[in-house]
Amino acid sequence: MTKANFDLVKEIELLRLVTVGSVDDGKSTLIGRLLIDTKGAFEDQLMAVRKKKGATTVSSAADIDLAMLTDGLAAEREQGITIDVAYRYFATPKRKFIMADCPGHEQYTRNMVTGSSTANAAIILIDARNGVMPQTKRHTHILGLLGIPHLIVAVNKMDLVDYDQATFEKIREEMDEYCAKQGIKDLICTPISALTGDMVTIRGENMDWYEGDTLLETLESLSVLDDLDEKPFRMPVQLVNRPQTADLPDYRGFMGTIASGTIKVGDAITVVPSGLSSTVKEIVTFDGNLEEAFAPQSITLTLNDNIDISRGDMLVHTGEPTTGEKSLTANVCWIGDEPLERRKKYMIKHTTRQVKALVDDVVFKREIHTLEKEDADTLEMNEIGQIRFKLQQPLNCDSYAENRMTGSFIIIDSFTNNTVGAGMVV
Amino acid sequence: MSKHKLTQLKALEAESIHIIREVVAEFRNPVMLYSVGKDSSVLVHLARKAFYPAPLPFPLLHVDTGFKFKEMYEFRDNFCKEIGADLIVRRNEDAIAKGMNPKEFGVARCCGALKTQGLLDALEEGGYDAAFGGARRDEEKSRAKERVFSMRDEFGQWDPKNQRPELWNIYNGRIHDGESVRVFPISNWTEMDIWSYIREENIPIVPLYFAKERPMIERGDMLIPYYEENKDQYLEGEEPTMVMSRFRTLGCSPCTGAVRSDATNMDEIVIEAAASKRSERETRIIDHGSNSMEDKKKEGYF
Repeated sequence: MTKANFDLVKEIELLRLVTVGSVDDGKSTLIGRLLIDTKGAFEDQLMAVRKKKGATTVSSAADIDLAMLTDGLAAEREQGITIDVAYRYFATPKRKFIMADCPGHEQYTRNMVTGSSTANAAIILIDARNGVMPQTKRHTHILGLLGIPHLIVAVNKMDLVDYDQATFEKIREEMDEYCAKQGIKDLICTPISALTGDMVTIRGENMDWYEGDTLLETLESLSVLDDLDEKPFRMPVQLVNRPQTADLPDYRGFMGTIASGTIKVGDAITVVPSGLSSTVKEIVTFDGNLEEAFAPQSITLTLNDNIDISRGDMLVHTGEPTTGEKSLTANVCWIGDEPLERRKKYMIKHTTRQVKALVDDVVFKREIHTLEKEDADTLEMNEIGQIRFKLQQPLNCDSYAENRMTGSFIIIDSFTNNTVGAGMVV
Repeated sequence: MSKHKLTQLKALEAESIHIIREVVAEFRNPVMLYSVGKDSSVLVHLARKAFYPAPLPFPLLHVDTGFKFKEMYEFRDNFCKEIGADLIVRRNEDAIAKGMNPKEFGVARCCGALKTQGLLDALEEGGYDAAFGGARRDEEKSRAKERVFSMRDEFGQWDPKNQRPELWNIYNGRIHDGESVRVFPISNWTEMDIWSYIREENIPIVPLYFAKERPMIERGDMLIPYYEENKDQYLEGEEPTMVMSRFRTLGCSPCTGAVRSDATNMDEIVIEAAASKRSERETRIIDHGSNSMEDKKKEGYF
């Protein structure tokens, strides 16, 4: 890096990535490979997990115990499995990657949901010898529900099936068919060997029949541009800023992260659910006032009228309202230890607002293999279904398909305070 | 397609400000742990941005061990005065009175008493239900597994096997009486991000981060800073030599190593960080030994 590069580094984009897979499909090896080849792991960290204690250098993935590098908890190393999401960071000259490395065991699916909810792209690992497993389908379905923009299927351990094209094509067809059923487009399938590095960071010579990009090339070229700023303006109010200092006795600023859209000084805004309206006076930041702000900036707005606004309210452009009803239908991924109970009251946290919610009906449960809708009275941990809630107060939502920020919510058990469900507004 | 795009540092900044504001909105009595290091400098800077033009709505808490570098104490007092922060300093006076030190009692016991117990006592005394910390996930492998909102039981302990799912940017801040939460707004920042951001935003940091000729004890691969007042902490026969060096991370002076470096300004530090092949935690004696960070975190270390 030289001084001339500072401006280039400033322009680096961020890609949030999640990796999922079944047990033993070589995820740790793949991650180790990416970390080593992009220099995302430091020498002293690699030396600490080298296989031969006497070794004085580590240069390739074969020299180190890759699982030891990624499984950070003592219990994980004891049991030889990954329990919780680990976050990894690596960068190429084009991009910085935040990678959520998710566990494969079914009992830890909830951690996989945690790691996936913010991702722009997902790598689904499949062991070429085993083909598509039940967990592969569960994970793919959840990634589809969460609306991850780019799904990449990495068919790993190609070295153990003699780099056989037919084996790869069979898996690709099965995944294409499964994804088509639930309307997932843009599926990329890549054959790789995490162990040798073929088609991960280098092309290698063993899979000349494959014409696509290497996995790293794909990760570097996926579009990270979203259209969040082109959607209607939504800003959930986090706090009201009232310094009440000698200089600012009457100042009232509305603080929040812009969930979607753009806002300009002078724009007409409406507060939901109250319906009160005003116009934007200033867009305040520590670095000076702005003429215009956009998602996902964190800003403070002042208005030209003194109207009642508090945490949990949402600011929208006048004429671009959200829904605001006292009932809500949503796809729910249940992640609580106790099953979902009909007629029970939970808390829902949606943007910055918390409301009581009664489970009115389990509309259906989704069978994970066939994707058929089934009748059900409950959802057990790791099950997915559609739930209708009655709300104590209206929530101002968009559909999740329209807006990932204002269409998502979490379900909290008000007795244990645990997060028990992930909801996506239909 | 989008016309507006945030650079990755600005995206990280927006995420951190969102987290800091959520905590202030949902907790009764938050506090920000302030260790005087570079990550703390960034954290405080983000907090000032979050609440501008209002002052910080919570105090800064420095859990002091008495073993910090004297440059750190100077910097801390000036910096807090300059930004008008409400600084609380707490020490485990019992342990300090008993002469706790890393050489005689061992690093693990010393950290346990002066840092972990000191922190737990200070949090209990203040009745804080949320404590911000400047830990980053890229620092260490057990930190890589920690949530942004990290729940702690009544004893301040972390249960890594039973963490709350954390979805989208919606944080569940509901806790029972006696429980508390540690919040890590810069979880997703890397060391490189921290240095680049300090450079771009001109954030003040302790001068020890810049290279200078300094007296050092050379112990194996490590450079241990020499201070006259710490001389009991060095091994027999160890003598200081002047070495052009700086610190990548700052902790207690007997337990924090320096690195050889010629980086005397922010541009050079960022260039050096980009080329570095060794992790910054390597210079922290506390991290060496199996599992040590995870064990300490379970006990309540931040």
